[in-house]
Amino acid sequence: MITPARTARRRLVTDRVMTALFLAAIVVAVAPLVSVLGYIVAQGVSGITWAFFTRLPAPVGEGGGGMANALVGTLTLIALASCVGVPVGILGGLFLAEIGGGALGWWIRFTADVLNGVPSIVVGVFVYALVVVPMKRFSALAGGIALGIMMIPLVMRTTEEMVRLVPAALREASLALGIPWWVTTLRVTLRAATAGVITGVMLAVARIGGETAPLLFTAFNTQYWQAGWDQPIASLTVQLYNYAIAPYDDWHRQAWAAALVLMAIVLVLNVAARAAGRPRSLGG
Amino acid sequence: MFRSQVGREAEALLLPPGGARPRRWADRTFRGALTAPGLVVVLLVAWIAVELTGAAMPAIRRFGPAFLWTSRWDPVHNVFGALPFVYGTIASSVLAVVIGVPISLGVAIYLAEIAGARTARLLSCLIELVAAIPSVILGLWGIFVLAPWVRTVVEPPLAAVLGWLPLFSGPAYGIGLLAAGIILAIMVIPVVSSVSRDALRAVPQEQREAMYALGATRWEVIRHAVLPYGRSGIIGAIILGFGRAFGETMAVTMVIGNRPQIAPSLFQPAYTIAAALANEFSEATSDLYLSALVEMALVLFAVSLLVNGAAQWLVSRMTRA
Repeated sequence: MITPARTARRRLVTDRVMTALFLAAIVVAVAPLVSVLGYIVAQGVSGITWAFFTRLPAPVGEGGGGMANALVGTLTLIALASCVGVPVGILGGLFLAEIGGGALGWWIRFTADVLNGVPSIVVGVFVYALVVVPMKRFSALAGGIALGIMMIPLVMRTTEEMVRLVPAALREASLALGIPWWVTTLRVTLRAATAGVITGVMLAVARIGGETAPLLFTAFNTQYWQAGWDQPIASLTVQLYNYAIAPYDDWHRQAWAAALVLMAIVLVLNVAARAAGRPRSLGG
Repeated sequence: MFRSQVGREAEALLLPPGGARPRRWADRTFRGALTAPGLVVVLLVAWIAVELTGAAMPAIRRFGPAFLWTSRWDPVHNVFGALPFVYGTIASSVLAVVIGVPISLGVAIYLAEIAGARTARLLSCLIELVAAIPSVILGLWGIFVLAPWVRTVVEPPLAAVLGWLPLFSGPAYGIGLLAAGIILAIMVIPVVSSVSRDALRAVPQEQREAMYALGATRWEVIRHAVLPYGRSGIIGAIILGFGRAFGETMAVTMVIGNRPQIAPSLFQPAYTIAAALANEFSEATSDLYLSALVEMALVLFAVSLLVNGAAQWLVSRMTRA
């Protein structure tokens, strides 16, 4: 027979237990981050040498060598991707925020979210068929296009969100001065949202900078400095992958060092983006 | 100050003598200049579909729908059946959802219902950072940290207790389906938890207060008043997480073992569609081989459209309501 006091106690205990379980879920969710960061630092620090940043990869067994070409390659690919992704993304985001209220806007928003969910390796296959096959070779250009395509929906949706935060009064004040709508949009609305838009671009760069899958058969990889836009280009991520799955201890050490450098770049971009995007007084 | 500045800039920038007419023309052009990039996204998705279908056509013609349920993958004899890859993809994603969703829900409930605003913001930040770890780094960690841990700590006790189930039978490899499921779960948790957290936050406060007024404990409020209300958003979040796991490439490729087989045990190596693309695409020797790989990419693309479309629709219905 259950007495009221006992049910009350049981209900309270259940409540406590569940709260503890939720807290445990948080711990489990954050634990991998701690472990990954800990191992990257512990394993990677020894590989961070002057040579790592300045030398080309050395052949197996020779020892030494670095990833200078991969580091430059990743920066080049990011720059190429930004040429595609940033203008299209920002203008598209402006469209969504300013005139995208109707059915067309809904469809574009929906497709952007869907494109964002398309596996990055599929984007790689698409760019392979589109660029690599006609050019008959892997190229930096193809890698940049693949990353740029991935960047578009990311930049677009954050730009939209940030532009929406700009108070309508600011636009109206500008329009009331007789300034045309297009100048208002570019020089008042977009300018007021600058900090937020930059945040979005930085987060997008952090995301594509860590991408490997779309580069495997577009940018491919090389052990040398990049020879031209239509030639294969090295990247930190692909180099990291090749080294990680190879059976050599020396390469593993370099892979951890590459992971440390890459993670540092990603973290700095994320933290800086958050700092830049902190809601301050608008219009700055 | 603001006014004069904008006014002067505007004047300097574009007011040629002529007034309203060229300005309206400029506005209309600008409208087009904004719409075009928006349409680029729609165009891209359509273009991907057309391009992939075109490149996959030889394989589609040759093997028909049986491509999806035959399991002989033999590049030497140009016979291709994708079943082991389809199986590996589904099995690893389902495993990720099974492991990841309870944890994600716990995180979402803690963030939305229990933690204070400041703690919640800090924890959300940390969990978003998990999502920011590049997949290839998680894979590196997977090879050297997770897989040995799975082999020595996770699999032996599982085999000892549940070894009579085929799922947990056989030798502990470390590298295999279970490790892939765990690493995918890690990647899925940030997505599922942040979307379901938003769904829970959208539950109206009255819903909770009414239940508290009846003398319910916090868990009872969550269980009976909050979770049922946020259900469609949470289901959307789970589908979204499944979609993320489905197409994930690098981390999975590095820990799943890449063996095209359909083994009953979770400890055994397997192979996913994305991993096969990553490993074999740039080495495909015959046109039919390449075409078969593209067809698998097409399958991945089609499923990601369906899954993301459905999730988007569920989540938007939730947050709009």
